[in-house]
Amino acid sequence: MQQVFKKSSLLTDTPFHYCPGCTHGIAHRLTAEAIEELGGNQGVIGIAPVGCAVFAYNYFNCDIQQAAHGRAPAVATGIRRVCPDKIIFVYQGDGDLASIGMAETVHAAARGENITVIFINNAIYGMTGGQMAPTTLIGQKSTTSPAGRTAELQGSPIRVSEMLATLDGAAYIARVSLHDLKSVIAAKKAIKKAFDYQVAKKGFSMVEVLSTCPTNWGMSSEASMDYVKNEMTKVYPLGTFKEIGL
Amino acid sequence: MAKVEFKEALCKGCALCVIACPKKIISVSDRSNEKGYFVAEVNDNSLCTGCAACATMCPDVVIDVYR
Amino acid sequence: MSERILMKGNEAIAEAAVRGGCRYFFGYPITPQNEIPEYMAKRLPEVGGAFIQAESEVAAINMVYGAAGAGGRAMTSSSSPGISLKQEGISYIAGAELPCVIVNMVRSGPGLGGIQPSQGDYFQSVKGGGHGDYRMLVYGPSSIQEAVNIIYKAFDKADEYRIPVMILGDGVLGQMMEPVALPDAIDVSALPKKEWATDGTKSGAERRIINSLYIEADVLEGMNNKFKALYEKLKAETAHETYLADDAEIILTAFGITARIAKSAVDLLREQCVKAGLIRPITLYPFPSDVYAKYAAKKNVKKFVTLELNLGQMVEDVRLAVNGKKPVEFYGRSGGNIMTPEEVVREILKRI
Repeated sequence: MQQVFKKSSLLTDTPFHYCPGCTHGIAHRLTAEAIEELGGNQGVIGIAPVGCAVFAYNYFNCDIQQAAHGRAPAVATGIRRVCPDKIIFVYQGDGDLASIGMAETVHAAARGENITVIFINNAIYGMTGGQMAPTTLIGQKSTTSPAGRTAELQGSPIRVSEMLATLDGAAYIARVSLHDLKSVIAAKKAIKKAFDYQVAKKGFSMVEVLSTCPTNWGMSSEASMDYVKNEMTKVYPLGTFKEIGL
Repeated sequence: MAKVEFKEALCKGCALCVIACPKKIISVSDRSNEKGYFVAEVNDNSLCTGCAACATMCPDVVIDVYR
Repeated sequence: MSERILMKGNEAIAEAAVRGGCRYFFGYPITPQNEIPEYMAKRLPEVGGAFIQAESEVAAINMVYGAAGAGGRAMTSSSSPGISLKQEGISYIAGAELPCVIVNMVRSGPGLGGIQPSQGDYFQSVKGGGHGDYRMLVYGPSSIQEAVNIIYKAFDKADEYRIPVMILGDGVLGQMMEPVALPDAIDVSALPKKEWATDGTKSGAERRIINSLYIEADVLEGMNNKFKALYEKLKAETAHETYLADDAEIILTAFGITARIAKSAVDLLREQCVKAGLIRPITLYPFPSDVYAKYAAKKNVKKFVTLELNLGQMVEDVRLAVNGKKPVEFYGRSGGNIMTPEEVVREILKRI
């Protein structure tokens, strides 16, 4: 018998600290596998965010910089100037990327920074304890929208992929999900493609990954997956929003 | 001939593998690991096809698959 | 050293930075420092470097973080409101032990303030500025030549201590023109390799992590103590100038552009048989406290008068250094106003 599924060598042996059923772990694994499958030996530099994935530097087996909240794309921009040929990836959550770091995100995309952003959208602030995110759904309860988010009071959720796809600097923008086997396989394909765009030096690539937060959603892991499938994809349709061609 | 191995110390008992398994041979046991999580286990390895659906859905890279 | 040429302060500083090895500049427009990014935009591509006009001051300092962390000699410049925006990033840079150079051509504040010269950012520069317990190596040059000499060496100092270095100038220093001799460009390819830098060349046990997060209290306290020891070591960089201070009865003290006014005032006072002298800190952090303590202990010294373009900031450090041994008084102007030597003489004559 041969081993047909094993941990990517781009992941360390440190166990993930994420809550049971949280899909951050799947996204980490897909990111690591996608980079590994690029082959070659370009060298990899990651940028960890602030949020649940703040400890990403413990998990990815490569050089890593931990960035201030929301600033990861700016940090990646600085690294890119010093290291023009390395694989550079940014891993960010929705609060980090779409709230406090929206300017850095939009402008990195507008500049066509040749980096790949893995954007985890679970519609809530996880690390700080379930506060409302810019991507929180209308009606969704959080600790800072206890009666459920309303468009009147808190505004409407931001569709980051659609927005960034309008920018000329964006080469590849896709939204995927991790709610079942089929969607995870599709997510992997999209993440791999995003890195292919980077290797081809085509510009900014981002994959928005719809994810779960069973702890702060107050749901079981199974119910969380159903919530992504039935509720989140209604507001955040899956698909490729920009693909300039390799 | 296929089998899966669970690195039980890493398991958090989230049961995403249980849902993913097309043969429905995985369940969450009543054994807990060092962290206090009830760990997932395979009830009948002889039925395993090595499809790796469980490993693909596992958020904690607990599962190795052999075929 | 080349021959002396007439240059605007901001441009001379930018050229000296490039000659000192700066290859990466990230900035955002704000008066009165715009000539620095403008110069860099043209100059850095000529030497194989990179310039980015960032979307904000916040992004600019974080680009510095990334470039410095990847091993590049990186720099940013701004003026007071922009430097306030950079404080988060400066704290992270200090916490992650990254070397970089920051130029602050101070303008008057608070708030949007005005665009004229000020020294109102003294506290912000020498007491940390951003969150947490950190310091920078801070210089307060009083001429364009001195600023050129300091920034030329600033990248070496930043690398040596793995610390952010700040040049605290003002609108006068940035905007005036003076003759300067520019030092020869260093060979950046001969600089030692930074083994700690995340340049994507290592993985596994050898991989590098640039980080300022330490969740365990004991580990973070260990880092804080490491910084404390570093700042102790940094005292070796303390620099100052004295002028006619040895027999002085009244010691004026000022930094930057104000020190030049103070020096003229000392000359005018000496003409009127007032035994005045000057202590001019060149490093604002570490502060040359020992020099003040030494003069405070001298019998001939009757008092100190601190002159600043603010409401009294450095005077607090002077008082700490003098430690009650002699009176320490203050005279300042603000809002972008600059005191004249004659004005200083009038103030001093009132006080003796």
